[in-house]
Order: sequence, then structure tokens, then C-alpha cells
Amino acid sequence: MSLHILDAGLSCTVQDPGRRGYRRHGLASGGAADLHAFRWANKLLDNNPGAACLEIVMGGFRAVARHHITVAVTGADASLKVNGRPLAGWSTIKLKPDDELEIGMSRAGRLIYLALPGGVDGPELFGSQSMVAREQFSDHAGLEAGAEVACLSEEPAIPRRAVPDSHRRHYREDVCELDLLPGYQYREFDRYDLLRLTHSNYRVTQHSDRMGYRLSGPALEKADWQILSEGMVVGAVQIPGDGQPIVLMPDCQTIGGYPKPGALSRQDLGRLAQRLPGDSIRFRFTSPEDMQRKHLLSELFFRHTRWEANGCDLRWR
Amino acid sequence: MIEQVSVDSLVLRLADSIDSALPARLASICDLLEVNGDHWLVDLVPSYTTLLVTWDPLITDYQAVRDRVLDCLSKSDSDTTRGAARLHRIPVWYSTNSGPDLEAVARHAGITIDEVIRIHSETRYLVYALGFAPGFAFLGETDERIAMPRKQTPRARVPAGSVAIANRQTAIYPLESPGGWQLIGLSPVRLFNPQNLSLLKTGDAVQFCPVTEAEYREMAGGTS
Repeated sequence: MSLHILDAGLSCTVQDPGRRGYRRHGLASGGAADLHAFRWANKLLDNNPGAACLEIVMGGFRAVARHHITVAVTGADASLKVNGRPLAGWSTIKLKPDDELEIGMSRAGRLIYLALPGGVDGPELFGSQSMVAREQFSDHAGLEAGAEVACLSEEPAIPRRAVPDSHRRHYREDVCELDLLPGYQYREFDRYDLLRLTHSNYRVTQHSDRMGYRLSGPALEKADWQILSEGMVVGAVQIPGDGQPIVLMPDCQTIGGYPKPGALSRQDLGRLAQRLPGDSIRFRFTSPEDMQRKHLLSELFFRHTRWEANGCDLRWR
Repeated sequence: MIEQVSVDSLVLRLADSIDSALPARLASICDLLEVNGDHWLVDLVPSYTTLLVTWDPLITDYQAVRDRVLDCLSKSDSDTTRGAARLHRIPVWYSTNSGPDLEAVARHAGITIDEVIRIHSETRYLVYALGFAPGFAFLGETDERIAMPRKQTPRARVPAGSVAIANRQTAIYPLESPGGWQLIGLSPVRLFNPQNLSLLKTGDAVQFCPVTEAEYREMAGGTS
């Protein structure tokens, strides 16, 4: 079973949770930028929580079904149509052969996840299907119009399901608050700069992609220092000489020499990843215990809950 | 000093300034962690004076990993199995054709091009870190006489195999990429390929050997 892409929009890549154990070679980890919407897309189809999905930036995507196939769409709020007929997102979508699925331009949020039964079937590189465009390994940079996207399962009997409202995100907050774990050079930053960082709004700028999101707001004043390059985690907030934060996304470099007051939680990195240029965010410091608790709760939820027969509730098992 | 930096990672910091004893020490700690890292260890990123350790948070947690790292740190003191660093001899065709900045480096240093080549190839370098791009190794330290800052405006395209200098560091570009380092030659050695991954590891030693254009072309298989 497969989809034939007619229009891939601005950017369409295959993403799973990313590579494990290759950053030591200087390779990016890659992986879905918003784990929340990614996990839900897979959950709707009872896929493995790490099954590969399409990550579509801003929408503008069209594909035609080759066979009977049930897909799931989550993430940014974009109009969804099948053969011109509007449908709701955050749910399963049943397609017949020759049905055309159209994802319009996003109205709120940036990233849309399209899951296929069993996950997208495709070549692995470095133990993962995630495409890291900037590394330029041939055939592994992104999908374009004309590509066939096959899935791993032939399972036709997926019931109609929708993500419960309480679990959906709408990406419409005026200001999105993000958990920042103090670390790295936290203690070496000027105290007023740390207060500035956590008591101001920062806007996402145009210069934001899968490597990093550049923010714009009150500049940190004592930021003009460098450190010996050190290993950076995805989500690290680095402060270059101009004092404007850059948050590192999954395709970021593995080491770097700008000072960092800390790193976003993997969960809240996804909230940031969904913000559009001009959208505001605010940082708030969190504790490792709190970050750990939220992370585990979310990860275990996707592994240990089961859909009720009604297709719109879940229970722990 | 150890510190948690995310839900699944910690940083071990051994010093704040470059120390040529540290790459071997960090490599030893990495080896010890890998020996008993089996399923919980996700990745290790050593760099100059630090080591980033990433684990699977569904299997273990910060406290447990910190104890492992401290244990390996103390054992690395007396790790005698490592011996001398693995030495890589890397051929380089030094010339103004293959290294468009060679003349500028000589001028900056106030010495001849031949002296730049001699100094660059006489020094034995250590791999302090990998990063920037797949297989890109930061080698140090270049002799002070030929140290030169990065270019003001980076080049949009640096050919794969370019040997370059930036301040007291030197490196070989593994793949074609943008870059701001001063280019002094070309090497036929491919530092990264998707099958064998990175040729160089943190803690390895590197020595450059000058070769002629003909030798370079033969080793590169006529492809460059």
C-alpha cells in the first residue's frame, strides 16, 4: 500500500525518533521535531511509537492513494480535504484508490505529521529513516513530487479514531511557556541576563529551521564570550555574541562553542518547533525532577494506553 | 564535575582549558563506558575537556549514569590497556593550486610556503573533538608560527579533502561544505563514509605527509 506525492510543499521529510549513537561521528541525531504530534499520529494507527512518519512543513501537500489505506494526520492546523471534501485533523483518514488527500497551508502551527499503517517503509541510514537535509547524503534529503511512499503494514482494518480534545494542541497561545533546564554555563551568566531571559517574550524569527530556531527579544548584555566547544544536546539554548538566543533543533551540530544557560525539555522543544515566525515564547526554569516526570509520563502514556472501542478515548493497561 | 543537562544527558567536565592529556583520558572513559554500557547507553560526545553522555531515560536515570561515569573516571586513571594513541599518517598535496590560502598563510606568518609545509607536516596532532560535520576532526595544536584566524567571509564551497588551518587548529574537510578555514592543501583520504563512519576518533594522533600532485591524483583514483 502506498501514497503517490503530487505536491510536497515547502519541505517534506521522513522522520522517526532519530539516530541513536552516531553523534560521536559528528552526525546530527535528526528525528521528529515535535514528538507530541508525531507520537499521536502513530498512536492513531496503533503503530510502534517510533514508526517513521512524514513531517510536512507548513502544509501545501497533496498525495493520491494507490490502494485502500488508512492514514492519520496530526500537528499544525491546516485544512484537510479528501477529493475536495473537508475533514477534521488529529484523526484517522480512510482513503480509497485514487482518492486525493490535500493538506492546505497551516493557519496555526508549523509541522504536520502524516502516519501510514505500520510506519513509512523506506531506506535506513545510520540506523534510522530520519532525513537530515543538510548532510547531503544522496537520496536522503527530502521527498519531492512524484515520490512513492510505501507503508510497512497491510493491516486494512483500522477503525475510525480521533485524538481526545484534551490531548490536542492548537498552537494558538499568545505566548507559549517553555521549560528550560538550567545547565552548562548557567552559573557563569550574569544574573540580570538570566532574569532578562526568563522575564521577557522572545519571538521566533524567519531564520528558523530543523537545525535551530533563532529568537529575537531583549538581548542578553554580557554574552560576548566563548567557551571551548563541547557536546550539545538537542534543545540547548545557545547565546551567540549578539545576545539573541538560538534553540538547537534535531538536525543541529553535535558540538559548539557558544555559552548556554540550559536546554529545553524534549517535550517543550516540540512546542517551540510548532511556532511560526512572529509567534512569541517565554522561558521558565524547571528542575531535572520535574522535566523527568513529565517526560516519562508522556512516553509511558504512548506505550501503555489502549484505544477504547469508541475510537475517541484511551485507557491505561 | 558532572551535571545533568537534559532529561537524557549529562556533561562531565575535566578542565576549562585545552590540555593535551585530556583527549586520551576522555577516550579511555568512553571505552570503559561502552564496555558496560550495553543497552542503556545511547551516545558519547567527547570534546576537548568535556564528555556528553546520553542514555535511554526509559531504562535508567541520571543518578545511575552519574555513578557509572564517576566509576569509569576513577578507573581511567589507571587504564594501562590503551597504550599509545592510534597514529594516522595522512598524505597531503600542499600547493597554491590545491590550497588557495597557502600563500596567505605564508605571508601572514612572514615565512616561505615551503616552511609552512614543513612546519605543518612536522607536528604530530591530536584529535581533540569531532563535530561541525560528519567526520570533521578538530586537530591541535598547530605551531604558533603558522596559526592564522578564520577568513572574514567563509567560502560557500570547500572541496572534500581540503586541509585547513584556523588559529591553532587544523582539520581536513570530510565532505564538500561551506567553511571559513584557511585552505593549504588537499588530501586523498576520505575521513567519512556512510559505511565505515568517521576514520578519526577523539584521542587519535595524526601526522600529515607531503605528497606530489601526481601521487595525490593516483591515491585519489583520478576522481579529484
